[in-house]
Amino acid sequence: MAYSDKVIDHYENPRNVGSFDKNDPNIATGMVGAPACGDVMKLQLKVTDEGVIEDAKFKTYGCGSAIASSSLVTEWVKGKTLDEAAEIKNTDISQELALPPVKIHCSILAEDAIKAAIADYKEKKA
Amino acid sequence: MNYFELFDCPVSFDLDKSELTQRYHSLQKQCHPDKHANASEQEKLAIVQKAAQINDAFDTLKTPIKRAEYMLQLRGIDMQHETKTLQDPMFLMQQMEYRERLEDIKTSDNALDELMAFEDDVATERKAMLKQLQTQIEQLTEQADLAAADQIRKLKFIEKLQQELSRLEDELVEY
Repeated sequence: MAYSDKVIDHYENPRNVGSFDKNDPNIATGMVGAPACGDVMKLQLKVTDEGVIEDAKFKTYGCGSAIASSSLVTEWVKGKTLDEAAEIKNTDISQELALPPVKIHCSILAEDAIKAAIADYKEKKA
Repeated sequence: MNYFELFDCPVSFDLDKSELTQRYHSLQKQCHPDKHANASEQEKLAIVQKAAQINDAFDTLKTPIKRAEYMLQLRGIDMQHETKTLQDPMFLMQQMEYRERLEDIKTSDNALDELMAFEDDVATERKAMLKQLQTQIEQLTEQADLAAADQIRKLKFIEKLQQELSRLEDELVEY
């Protein structure tokens, strides 16, 4: 199965790899995993007091599509509000990266990582 | 006929593996083409299909995780095509640490020893998780079944990790 150029680009030059301090009150952390393939994804958002995502980092252990999906998401969420970020759908990700049907779950993982991070942030601020 | 019935054994997580293997061999013998040399084409086809079913059943029953997943399937919980993600931060954080440990071993001077120790740790954890799975699956309540399904999902991460560990071991032993 061939990867699309965009997947290869994100895989070879992943954007925003790394970690923030998860105990920082302005850092939202989303951890998700895909049992079918054993992929693990951590997405962290740095959120301003106004609720805008100013920075994002990820760390993913998984296939090229999982890495590309999380790399893409860190680019997309920057500058968005949490509500806007919550609108990102796995279909947007899979379309952008031209993922084949067997790799759709990688984009679901990335969507769920955003949702998990937002939930973590709300819990922190509650 | 479900796989347990096919192997004439009780629907149980706690299967005797040597007994299972014996039944498998005797079932396969019955399907051997030499025994059915004079059968019609239609009968031969049915026998081939039966042999394939026996193989599938054995493959499912012999491994604890697949066996448990199959038992849940018989109880109406189908995990085969699910795309649901696991969201258990503590567990996933540990999985991430395991994968970091694996990366570190690759560049270590003492890689093989560290890898062996790691494999032991993971094997111990897997054993404890399987024991817990057995308890869950034997409770026969809906809640315990759902907990068992979650345990199976977690065990799949452990299984994947073990595959990666043995792949690295192959690489290290080769050089």
